[in-house]
Parts: sequence; structure tokens; C-alpha cells
Amino acid sequence: MNKVSASQAVMTQNPAHSAPSAASLKTRPNSVGYNVAKLREDFPILRQTVNGKPLVYLDNAATTQKPTAVIDCIRRVYENDYSNVHRGVHTLSQRSTDLFEGAREKLQQFLNAKHSHEIVFVRGTTEAINLVAQSFGRSTLKEGDEILITAMEHHSNIVPWQMLCEQTGAKLKVAPIGRTGELLLDEFEQLLSPRTRLVSVCHMSNALGTINPVKAIIELAHSRDIPVLLDGAQAAPHMAVDVQDLDCDFYALSGHKLYGPTGIGILYGKEKWLEAMPPYQGGGDMIRRVTFDKTEYNTLPFKFEAGTPNIVDAIALGTAVEYLETIGMDAIAEYENQLLQYATERALEIPQLTIVGTAERKGAILSFTLERIHPHDIGTILDHLGIAIRAGHHCAMPVMDFFGVPATARASFGLYNTFEEIDILVDGIRKVIEVFG
Amino acid sequence: MLDQIRDLYQEVVFDHNRNPRNFRVMEDANRKIEGFNPLCGDKITLYVKVNAGVIEDVSFQGSGCAISTASASLMTEIVKGHTEDEAQHLFDLFHRITTGKNDDAVNLEEIGKLAVLSGVRAYPARVKCATLAWHSLQAALKNEADTVSTE
Ligand SMILES: Cc1ncc(COP(=O)(O)O)c(C=O)c1O
Repeated sequence: MNKVSASQAVMTQNPAHSAPSAASLKTRPNSVGYNVAKLREDFPILRQTVNGKPLVYLDNAATTQKPTAVIDCIRRVYENDYSNVHRGVHTLSQRSTDLFEGAREKLQQFLNAKHSHEIVFVRGTTEAINLVAQSFGRSTLKEGDEILITAMEHHSNIVPWQMLCEQTGAKLKVAPIGRTGELLLDEFEQLLSPRTRLVSVCHMSNALGTINPVKAIIELAHSRDIPVLLDGAQAAPHMAVDVQDLDCDFYALSGHKLYGPTGIGILYGKEKWLEAMPPYQGGGDMIRRVTFDKTEYNTLPFKFEAGTPNIVDAIALGTAVEYLETIGMDAIAEYENQLLQYATERALEIPQLTIVGTAERKGAILSFTLERIHPHDIGTILDHLGIAIRAGHHCAMPVMDFFGVPATARASFGLYNTFEEIDILVDGIRKVIEVFG
Repeated sequence: MLDQIRDLYQEVVFDHNRNPRNFRVMEDANRKIEGFNPLCGDKITLYVKVNAGVIEDVSFQGSGCAISTASASLMTEIVKGHTEDEAQHLFDLFHRITTGKNDDAVNLEEIGKLAVLSGVRAYPARVKCATLAWHSLQAALKNEADTVSTE
């Protein structure tokens, strides 16, 4: 099996599917060196049929499937090493603490953060952004101050700021996007004002796939002493991220989109900000000394980790990023880019199809609409063919409003998807059109 | 291979999706309500003219999937001319056929064409599409707030 090229191996796994058209075989790139068939074996969930068809999982922007290494890690820790962290003198507590702090170091390396105490474990991107809004934002923003986001943000990078604005009297400014789904950088720059206190933008858009020019954004903001938060929920699974090279002030990501468990994520913050920020929640672990008169807060990162953390999922997230590093984020990015190009080409063969989000720099997301067929109906019919896509507004209603659609269908690719699966998707879309006549 | 899907997408559904009945703004409506399904972004505006407890006219506008459009269209056809109580009874029946168990006996004759939407019960994620129009109607008849949401 290992010797077979990726595409052949998958074809034999999916005998139920008809062979793709000759045209598609011609344009399909040859991904030398990336053994996707072998990688697929690491993901037990992919070996199943749905509605009688081999599962084609194309909803990776919503969440990714988990490799055996991650699943086994969770089991192993609960079976051998589990106890509470940072508080016991006994052996299991020490082992759990070492594993937990070891995971923090793996995440530090994965993001190339300067210090491991700049890595704060949170529930996910949503909690990371809320943490910054409530801790950084609430302690620094005054009435009339501004926060700048873009028109392509996920609700979780909109609503926490709206809440903050209500609490402080600050104003939320939104930098516009153009018809391709690209940020209008000039207009963004013009919106940076003397009152701007924070810029918060997605590194990659979940609804459109756009990869933002974050380095340029950060330079523009920093030249005015404005810190920048990057919502990395979508970018982190698809490309190498180096927070020191980017020079971002905060970076938020979700473990479950990174082939790790649910309920765990990361807030990276530059030491100077995290030191200056007040705690987010109060409780155990985040304190050094408590009396009823005064409480002394713990050092970083514990100041921001009140209560018993999600120990085992944090450890398993460490395993997930280790797994990704053995493949190599650059290899994943390159392979997924080929998948996206191929999917785009093949999708454009369908005259009734419109791609929503056509930025020059894009991650592996294909958002589309079909003439006179609602995305929900597309999703249901594709599901019948074993194909999992997302249909809806993707928690980005302002983006839908901008493009004048109620929703889109979205196929999003991950490291284990294949060119054959894209053929199956395209055949599926043709069937949807056929059913709807 | 797509046979099963025809239980959900019957010809009547396609027909009402392509040519929705009573798909218009009603200038002299005495009830108007916005229905919204936040899950998928479907929106409908329902117009109702009630006179002495009778639904004299009902129409809708909006954008939605085939299931929600067909359901709204079928609903406007079937409730027109009925009293508010009768409409409520139809709503209850419709709710049962779209969410109930298979052995939940409903007099299919009584609900007529609405029966084509019973296939939705096999698709829990789509039930809200089918019931959006009906929830909107119920709110309109009760004269509730001007927005209903399926959430
Ligand atoms: C760009 C972006 N930001 C934030 C989030 C929120 O992530 P989570 O729900 O894991 O907190 C998502 C997930 O859908 C996303 O795609």
C-alpha cells in the first residue's frame, strides 16, 4: 500500500465511485513526496461509509478529524498518568504536570513563540479573543477609543468587541473588503486613527478562504503603536505560523481545527502585554497568595488559567502539533494549495456555479453557490452521496450580506483529502443540478 | 442511488420551489411578520389578512431553501379561507408529521398536500426549514413580536 501512489491507493479504496472524467485526470497534479494514502491510514474515522458511500469529509474548516496519535494519547494519559496539575506532591500529579507543561512547550515551538509562558491554554479561539477583549480591552479602552476589525471576520471576532464597546463606550470600526474577498488595505490604513487601540483581524477567512496580508497589516499598525491580534483559527492548520516573524501581539487558535481535541486552544500573547494585563477569571491556579484583604496573582501564564485546566486535551493538542510537524506544515500547505487549485479549476467547469471568495492568496476553502439551488439543498443531497460539506452563513453573516447571498456551500480541505475526492465532489454537484432539473 | 432523496424532494416540493404560490407583497395585510432561521440565514416575510377570525388572504416573500420555500407556498394555499383555530389545528398536524414518529397516526387526508413534507422527519437538520413558515404564521395570528426565529 505504501508503495502505491496516493491517488491509486484511494481509487482502490473507493470502488463504488465511478471513474473521474478524462479531463480531470489530465489536469490533476502529481503530488510527489506527499503520501496522502499513507496519511489517511492515520485517521480511523475516514474509513467508513456514509449513506452507503465512502465518506468524503470536506468540512475541515468547521473541524478536523483526529489522527490515531491524538486519540491514543488521550487514552494513554487517562490510563497511566492522569491527575490534577500544579498542586500535588505525588507521582501522578507530577507526571500530569510535566506532560501538560511539555505540551505548552510543543505549542511554543509550533508557533515559534519566544517564551513558553506566552502560551495560554484556553477553550479555543472564541475564548482567546474574549480573554483579550475583557482583560486587555477593558483595562485600556476609554470612551471614544476604537477597535479595528475587517468585514470578513467570524462572529467570534466581532461580538466580543461589540460587547467591549458597550462596556467601555469604545467604537468598533470595520475595514471593507472588495468583490474578490480581499481586504482593501488602503482603506484599512485610513481607518487607523489616533484613537485606534487594537487591530483584530483573521489570518485566514473561514467563509472565503482569503489569506490576509498580515505582515503589512501589522507593520501599518505598529508604525502607529497599535497592537494586533490575529485570529488564527483557520490559518494555523494550513500553514507554518511564526509569531516572532509576524511580530503579532496576540495569536488565537483552536485545537479542534488543528487535528487536536475539542475544548482546547491557545492564546499566544507577547510577554509585555500579558504581564500588563489583569487576570481574565479568578479562581485557583491563577493566584500566588490569597487573603481576604488582597490577592496576589500568579506569574504567567497561570495568571490567565484559573481553575483546573483541560489537562488531557492540552496534552493531546501537543501530540497533534507534533504529528503535524512530522509531516511538515510547508508540505501540508503546498499539497493543500494543489488541492485548492484543482478544486477551483474543476468547479469552474460547472456553468451554474459561482465561487464566493476569489482572492489571489487563498487557503484550501471553496465557498460556492449554484444558480437557483439553495446551499442547504446542496448540502443535503451531497450528504446522500457521502460527501460532508457545510452549508450556511459560516458564522460570518456580514460576509453573506456583502456578497448578497443568504448562505454558501463550502468545501474545505485538510491534509488527508485527495484529488479523487474533489472529482467525487464535482460529480456530486452535477447530480445536485440534475436532481433539481 | 438518489431514490431515497426523493422522499424529501418530491415533485410537489420542486414545483412549489420553482413557482411558489402567493409569493407577493400584500399591501392591505393586517398582520406582517419576519421569520428567520439563524442557522441557515433563511428569511421570510409573511403577510396575513385576518377578518373576523378568518384568514382571508396570506402571502409571503423571502429567500430560502427548497424545503422552506415549498413549505411556505403550500401553507399559504392550505390555510387560506380557514379560521384561525383551524389554522392552529393544521399547524399542530404539520408539526406532528414533520417531527413525530412513524407510528404517530395523522389523518393524511386532512392535511392533503402537506403530507409531501413528511419526508423531512428523516432529516432532523432540515425540520426547521419546513416549520419556519408555520411558526411565522402562528406568531402572526397571535400578533406576537414582528420577528420570529426558529432558534
Ligand atoms: C476564523 C475563525 N475564527 C474563530 C472561530 C471560532 O473558533 P472556535 O469555535 O473553535 O472558538 C472559527 C471557527 O469556526 C473561525 O473559523
